[in-house]
Amino acid sequence: MTDNEYVPFLSKITEIIRHTDIEYTFRMTYDGDVKPGQFFEVSIPKYGEAPISVSGIGDGTVDLTIRKVGKVTNEVFEHTMGDHLFLRGPYGNGFDLDDYRGRELVVVAGGTGLSPVRGVVDHFARHPEEVKGMTLITGFKSPADILFFGDLARWKQSMEVILTVDCADDGDKPAACQIGLVTEHLPKVKLGDISRAVAIVVGPPAMMRFSVLGLLELGFAEKNIWISQERKMCCGIGKCGHCKIGDVYVCLDGPVFNYTKGRTLID
Amino acid sequence: MGFKLSREAFDAVLQSWTDDYVLFAPKRFEQGGIYSDTDCIRYGQVQAVDEIVFDSKSLYSFKEALLPVSETLFFFTEETVKEADPPKKGAIIFLRSCDLHGLKRLDEIYLRNGPEDAYYRRLRDRVQFVLMGCPHSFENCFCVSMGTNQATDYAISVDVEGDGFLVDCKSEAWAERITPRAEAELDVTPRHVTENAVTVNIPETLTIQVASSRIWDEYDNRCIDCGRCNFVCPTCTCFTMQDLFYTENGRVGERRRIWASCMVDGFTDVAGGGSYRKKNGERMRFKVLHKVYDFKVRTGSHMCVGCGRCDDVCPEYISFSNSVNKLDQAMKEVSGR
Repeated sequence: MTDNEYVPFLSKITEIIRHTDIEYTFRMTYDGDVKPGQFFEVSIPKYGEAPISVSGIGDGTVDLTIRKVGKVTNEVFEHTMGDHLFLRGPYGNGFDLDDYRGRELVVVAGGTGLSPVRGVVDHFARHPEEVKGMTLITGFKSPADILFFGDLARWKQSMEVILTVDCADDGDKPAACQIGLVTEHLPKVKLGDISRAVAIVVGPPAMMRFSVLGLLELGFAEKNIWISQERKMCCGIGKCGHCKIGDVYVCLDGPVFNYTKGRTLID
Repeated sequence: MGFKLSREAFDAVLQSWTDDYVLFAPKRFEQGGIYSDTDCIRYGQVQAVDEIVFDSKSLYSFKEALLPVSETLFFFTEETVKEADPPKKGAIIFLRSCDLHGLKRLDEIYLRNGPEDAYYRRLRDRVQFVLMGCPHSFENCFCVSMGTNQATDYAISVDVEGDGFLVDCKSEAWAERITPRAEAELDVTPRHVTENAVTVNIPETLTIQVASSRIWDEYDNRCIDCGRCNFVCPTCTCFTMQDLFYTENGRVGERRRIWASCMVDGFTDVAGGGSYRKKNGERMRFKVLHKVYDFKVRTGSHMCVGCGRCDDVCPEYISFSNSVNKLDQAMKEVSGR
């Protein structure tokens, strides 16, 4: 019989990084090809499955940054280092770094939207010579919700990083953190040639909509903007139908879409 | 190769299949209809030709033979997974032309849209199809408009002829079983309809812009998001995973997939409370355009096969064919803005 995609494999938790009370990164053993922006189905017998995007790629490991918000993810949080989880994947197209090489890149990420794009940011932080310039604008609801705080400091050495929270008292927030929605910070981005600049937008639906509008207003071309979509997925392989939007399956054709396609998608 | 067979002779052929195959055909479930004091014609296992209903349309399609309503994928303990065994026998499915075209849509999703589905593949490889001819159109059928009124890729066809049957056999192995039992050999073409009372017109100019038409609004209230249209449809293929464990604190259980409906609440729910298409009109639009627009964009053929079962089953008397026929006006509405 053909390979059975539904049967998960065991993966060991080698490290757990706590970001907030309900958001941890689980470093999982995985040998195989994987790209930033792809996702795995975390598959817990008795509890079900949840699609989780890859937030980092190491040597023989992948990072899955998980928010504890449902039946499956609650159960994931009951596991500790050395335990095993069932996974299947990776699925989806992921980001193609070649789309951004040699260009000025702006990444706009809201909340856990930073997870799927973290692999891209981290790659260009390590290889700043591959892009003409890079800016990360990342927003969170409050200082307590900030993810990858350690990374942000490191990334600052090789790119512009604008960290912002929706609202906070001055005393509560880190010094490097600004206040306001990510869209309010878009005009601050310094670019040489906007017509050639590229952007990635990932986050909650409303944040993505207004961020893309903001970028278009600045002069970005539609074909130079990429978005990553989040939908319910039961199979990850184009069968269950939950993630279908129009003629695309987010699990097969996405989750990363060029905006020229993304703007035509009507749920 | 065509034959005329008596009822007894066809039954004997059918019995000869049961060693290797389970037979699925439309059968009568008394008092099981959607109205009081009516029967339900739907698919089930049959042992004899007398159980097969030839003179009515089945309310549900054949798809449950290939995609069970609830299908166990694997069994699990804490750290082991064991794939569920396939059925011991193959299957022979009796179905009409529209459903045989529906099979191609199922194949498209389960064999070609992304990686192959192992569970579908293992059943599909062991299924033979018996085409039931249509002497006339049934209520709500619009197969002619969808180009699905005739089918050729069957193992054998069967048409009721007086007290017996006319059969066209494309399988040499089966022809050997039939020949000694036949009353006569003759040319047989399976009966098919060339017109339906219902016709649909899918505008050539249809684009996704039609999503913004006001025609969808009427379904916000008329549709009660029961999902029956999806469950009777031969081409609806969506499912949801379901885990269950055998005892309250047990460590063993199984994962199943069960039919899902894009018309029912919860279909798009994401973790954290988000969902898409909250209004029933939006869900109707999503379903209608999948059936007669975006599946074709993706695969080259329409998903809908014109069986009309969705119209047969709707408790609110919503007509899918009517909604398709409004698309022309809807396109004019959105392009005129």
